[in-house]
Amino acid sequence: MADSLSETTPDESGRMDTTPIDLGHIEVLQVLDEQGHVDESRDPGLSDAELLAVHRAMVLTRAFDSRMLTMQRQGEMGTFAPNLGQEACMVGQVWELTKQDWFSPSYRSFGAQIQRGWPMERLFLLWAGYHEGFPPPEGVNDMPFSIVIGSHVLPAVGIAMGIRRRKDNHAVVVNFGDGAMSQGAVSEAMNFAMVDQAPVVFVCENNGWAISTPSKLQFATEHLAGRGTGFGLPSIRVDGNDILGMIVAMREATRRAREGEGPTFVEALTYRLSLHTTADDPKVYRDDSDMEPWQDRCPLARMEKFLQRRGLLTSEAAAAVTAECEAEVLEAREKFRKIAKARPREVFNHLYRSTPAELDAQREEYLRRLDRKGVD
Amino acid sequence: MAQCTMVEALNLALDEAMAADDGVMVMGQDVGVNGGVFRVTKGLFERYGHDRVMDTPLAECGIIGTAVGMSVYGLKPVVEIQFSGFTMQAFDQIEQNMARLHNRTMGRFQMRMVLRTPFGGGIRAVEHHSESREAYWAHTPGLKVVIPSGPRNARALLASAIDDPDPVIFYEPKAVYRAFREDVPEQRETMPIGVAEIVRPGKDLTLISYGAMMRPAREAVEDLADEHGLDVELIDLLTVSPMDTATLCDSVSRTGRCVIVHEGHRTCGIASEIIARLNETAFEYLEAPIRRLTAYDIPFPYFQTEQHFLPDADDIVEAVRETMAWE
Repeated sequence: MADSLSETTPDESGRMDTTPIDLGHIEVLQVLDEQGHVDESRDPGLSDAELLAVHRAMVLTRAFDSRMLTMQRQGEMGTFAPNLGQEACMVGQVWELTKQDWFSPSYRSFGAQIQRGWPMERLFLLWAGYHEGFPPPEGVNDMPFSIVIGSHVLPAVGIAMGIRRRKDNHAVVVNFGDGAMSQGAVSEAMNFAMVDQAPVVFVCENNGWAISTPSKLQFATEHLAGRGTGFGLPSIRVDGNDILGMIVAMREATRRAREGEGPTFVEALTYRLSLHTTADDPKVYRDDSDMEPWQDRCPLARMEKFLQRRGLLTSEAAAAVTAECEAEVLEAREKFRKIAKARPREVFNHLYRSTPAELDAQREEYLRRLDRKGVD
Repeated sequence: MAQCTMVEALNLALDEAMAADDGVMVMGQDVGVNGGVFRVTKGLFERYGHDRVMDTPLAECGIIGTAVGMSVYGLKPVVEIQFSGFTMQAFDQIEQNMARLHNRTMGRFQMRMVLRTPFGGGIRAVEHHSESREAYWAHTPGLKVVIPSGPRNARALLASAIDDPDPVIFYEPKAVYRAFREDVPEQRETMPIGVAEIVRPGKDLTLISYGAMMRPAREAVEDLADEHGLDVELIDLLTVSPMDTATLCDSVSRTGRCVIVHEGHRTCGIASEIIARLNETAFEYLEAPIRRLTAYDIPFPYFQTEQHFLPDADDIVEAVRETMAWE
């Protein structure tokens, strides 16, 4: 503090310059524009096979999202948060992660979870209300999400603090939305991460809406990336509907994490084209005109234009990928239907590792109740 | 065998745990160079360094939340929250993650961490420094709540809390921190969590307490024996959750009368829970209504009046005699 004070020089009149510092403008990183033209200088240089895999992952995300919505409307699925229009964020934020890295999703992140290795039938289980869908599968270093907005961000930082203490060189990616940025715990998380130099990447998917609350009522700055720089974190703004831009941003952020350069904040600009959740009706608060510009920025259409221009994808091939992904989702739905089984007798089983006797007594009482009612 | 205060005994337990397991770490505000505001972590920073004795930013929610993540990664954080009144800032992380993550992940991730914090009144402190809100945590599924009353059981119970595979809230009665010394054995000791201790057997009435209130309770029991010829059984609860219902029930079944003393508020307090359990398990043995001496349902008063607010030995003697006289 003393150093910076001494650098402040009085002006000619002898007064200190007290003009408030402007947050400034932060450029938005974009590699693939809306017409599918690539900025060669920033091209992450994915192989043809990788580009097609990225495209397929986005198509699968959309196919899963669409099937979930149908199943919810048919009564087979509980309330969930669709991620239509955010496929590039979903896939891009975890594309650079290895099995040893960690990912901490929010509840809208199932596209990223699929990419991380969560079987789709498990995600169906989760959203259909079966506890078995909640734990991350063995071998997948992911956290479950925590429904209370922003409450999963501090534990993600804690994992990164543990990684640094164990001298491992893994990265942690934690994902949340623009609404979460208003939670004090998220600010605390960024500060803890920076002070401890924890290898974590904060990915804020700024999708314009927190249920019905638009960005202008959520924060009063041009961008959220400045929140990161305010805590000292190198921060990147990226076009979140540009899958190649997302990969470039995440490649740099995860490299920094793995090489001991500390945390990074990534603000991904995107838009929630669908509902907050299936219990929500955006017509109450949102004009269709608000969505129009974002329809043209569709991450999937943009990628397909690019791939076609590169000669990697024809319309027929794109349609085939879509059909394959839809079939894969339906296959997962069949698995889900086979394994979905409510297990009311197991609800006491996982709270403690060393279960207190008094809780065992409550379990006995509960099981007697199930017996009396003939519940398996 | 050394004569230790509770502060020294807790420090010993932390040192022993850190020496035995390099996954055990201490974190909190001013726990490093400063050794904690009550000096419970004194000397640990010098022995184990910053990464294992971490001075954190001043944010209780952040401390608990990051400790949760470190536990997921396999470390065993022992967190100090400077005063229990400040744990309210961390309620979110205690409730959303510390108490639930093991259940949420069906046991995939351990939630092996201890939240240590000084609680209770009697040290002439400012507002928010004298609370006894252990009932909050007893009410939260997934936690264990442990409260020692003296140096020896503080050292043994903290060792057990650190060993425990589940998250433990460890409330330290700060009025006892330096109030007296006690023999603490040189060998590391543990005590089972969830087991109450019959401190003094008796046949006329069961007196149940814990934490700092054990001191006036002991004084009252002696006075009742010497001055009034009453043989009172004194039980130190030691673990508030899970509660040792069997020991309480067995005692009251023998004595038929019971008085409960604690610093927490009355409504939905620990005494309420004890009474409910005795009602369920020892109803036919009761000779008199169960009395409770607790804090009243107002915020803890400013310290010029606190000595009148907390029950003392005289109040306990009075309550016991009234319960004995009930017909």
